[in-house]
Amino acid sequence: MSETTLRHTVHTARPVLTMKPHAKFQLRGWHTLRRYLSPVVLLLIWQIACSTGLLSTRLVASPTQIISTGWSLIHDGTLPVNLGVSLLRAVSGLSIALVAGIGLALIAGLSRTGEDIVDAPLQIMRTLPVLALVPLFILWFGIGETPKILLVALGSTFPVYLNLHKGIRSIDPKLLEMARTLGLSRGQTIRDVILPGALPDLLIGVRFAVGISWLMLVVAEQVNADSGIGHMMMDAEDFLRTDIILVGLFIYGLLGLVSDQIVRMLENRLLAWRPAQHRKGQPV
Amino acid sequence: MNAISQPPANIIPAEHNSGAVTVQGLTRRFSNGPPVLDRLDLTIAPGEFVALLGRSGSGKSTLLRTLSGLDPVTEGHVSRPRDVAVVFQESRLLPWKRVWQNIILGQTGGKAGRERAGEVLEEVGLGHRGDAWPLTLSGGESQRAALARALVREPAFLMLDEPFAALDALTRLRMQQLVAGLWTRHRCAVLLVTHDVDEALLLADRAVVLESGRIRTDLPIPLDRPRRHDDPRFGHLRSILLDALGVHDDD
Ligand SMILES: Nc1ncnc2c1ncn2[C@@H]1O[C@H](COP(=O)(O)OP(=O)(O)OP(=O)(O)O)[C@@H](O)[C@H]1O
Ligand SMILES: [Mg+2]
Repeated sequence: MSETTLRHTVHTARPVLTMKPHAKFQLRGWHTLRRYLSPVVLLLIWQIACSTGLLSTRLVASPTQIISTGWSLIHDGTLPVNLGVSLLRAVSGLSIALVAGIGLALIAGLSRTGEDIVDAPLQIMRTLPVLALVPLFILWFGIGETPKILLVALGSTFPVYLNLHKGIRSIDPKLLEMARTLGLSRGQTIRDVILPGALPDLLIGVRFAVGISWLMLVVAEQVNADSGIGHMMMDAEDFLRTDIILVGLFIYGLLGLVSDQIVRMLENRLLAWRPAQHRKGQPV
Repeated sequence: MNAISQPPANIIPAEHNSGAVTVQGLTRRFSNGPPVLDRLDLTIAPGEFVALLGRSGSGKSTLLRTLSGLDPVTEGHVSRPRDVAVVFQESRLLPWKRVWQNIILGQTGGKAGRERAGEVLEEVGLGHRGDAWPLTLSGGESQRAALARALVREPAFLMLDEPFAALDALTRLRMQQLVAGLWTRHRCAVLLVTHDVDEALLLADRAVVLESGRIRTDLPIPLDRPRRHDDPRFGHLRSILLDALGVHDDD
């Protein structure tokens, strides 16, 4: 568990906003300014280096070049089409992962027999680097959508399963005892005690899963694909178009950021019962 | 009113003996060690308030867990009313349900549930916190909520396992007053586990001391209510109980 988690933390970690909603406006303005100052300066230096020829555009395109390329990619429809394809793959894979991960975790978490059957194979499989399956997947499923979606699904099933399983298993036994003295049925106990108690862990798993799904997608689309952001980038490589590659990179970054934000919003919504100091980010 | 917990098969519902709690020859041991409860006998009349004292590790919680049906009866007989409720040292509220939802958890209340929860919360002085999340309650408030959750089930037999042990002295006094008041109104049988001799004297009809797996001391407390902490008649009873607990305060 910890291994997977640690390994994947890297992909989901991002700077946490530390602004307080009630901070004085001036203070907030200054913080915002400071936060964006250094990236802006870096961008300027980058632009100047490119314009003066210090940096060859064969290695890195200039920021203005990237922006105008991005703009034209949007206009001629290349970017929207490829983005749509990539998004569809990610969403399909992630949905499969959620269904499979949650289903398996419920089986393993709620019954001893289920645990014996499900847990051991999954623990073994999770130690395999999923990306090493790419050649096998191509052999089995060819180069259509299936191998890409399955790769995303497989990679992101594990964090969902592992975290939810852990969450179910680590429910406070005192609460379970209380449920018994209150005369709750098994079904009521699962609905009112076990599932809500495991929800925080499930959401952590989902966050890792989202991060991993992008990673899987990048690899799947760059190895063999005729559409998608990854394919767009690989295509650009053949023509030394660093500007297109950087646009793709930027899009991946943006996707990661937005999806992580969505999960955070979900956390704040669903875990409103946690006192504010336990929650990260801004109060709802 | 629905049942709190169907008594486990080996606990006999006490309809035939008018709701009294009877324990006969109850023996309980953990993994072949010496018995924690050793042929223990105890009777609690309907509406009677009994305080259970004993050194740490003497088996008070074990007895309570058996009575509440959490632990099995392997040797001996236990009969008790069908509707029971337990309050533990920690409130054990579900953090993800609002206080009022915790109160009526497992009750088939329907729309009236909310109202019913409100009434009981009012009774324990927590009417204004019904919509709060449990993690935002103070220790005393949590225990009040736990009491309300027990009361809403209208138990014939209420078990309290050191319910105020984690509270500060002042809050504990308030809670004792509250329990005294609630008991006068509801008149259910109560078994209160406590380490506090004064608490026992203040609240109970009878104080029993558990020692080496049995009730070794069974002391009636024939004082009329309401009782006060500084009642001079406590002195004698207090020294008997402290004696039974192996504490001698006069040397
Ligand atoms: N599940 C268990 N497995 C093994 N031993 C146990 C278990 N539960 C209790 N015991 C033992 O039984 C004895 C009685 O425990 P119990 O919790 O009933 O004591 P207690 O009188 O409630 O003590 P305290 O006043 O400290 O709460 C202790 O020696 C304890 O170690
Ligand atoms: Mg105890």
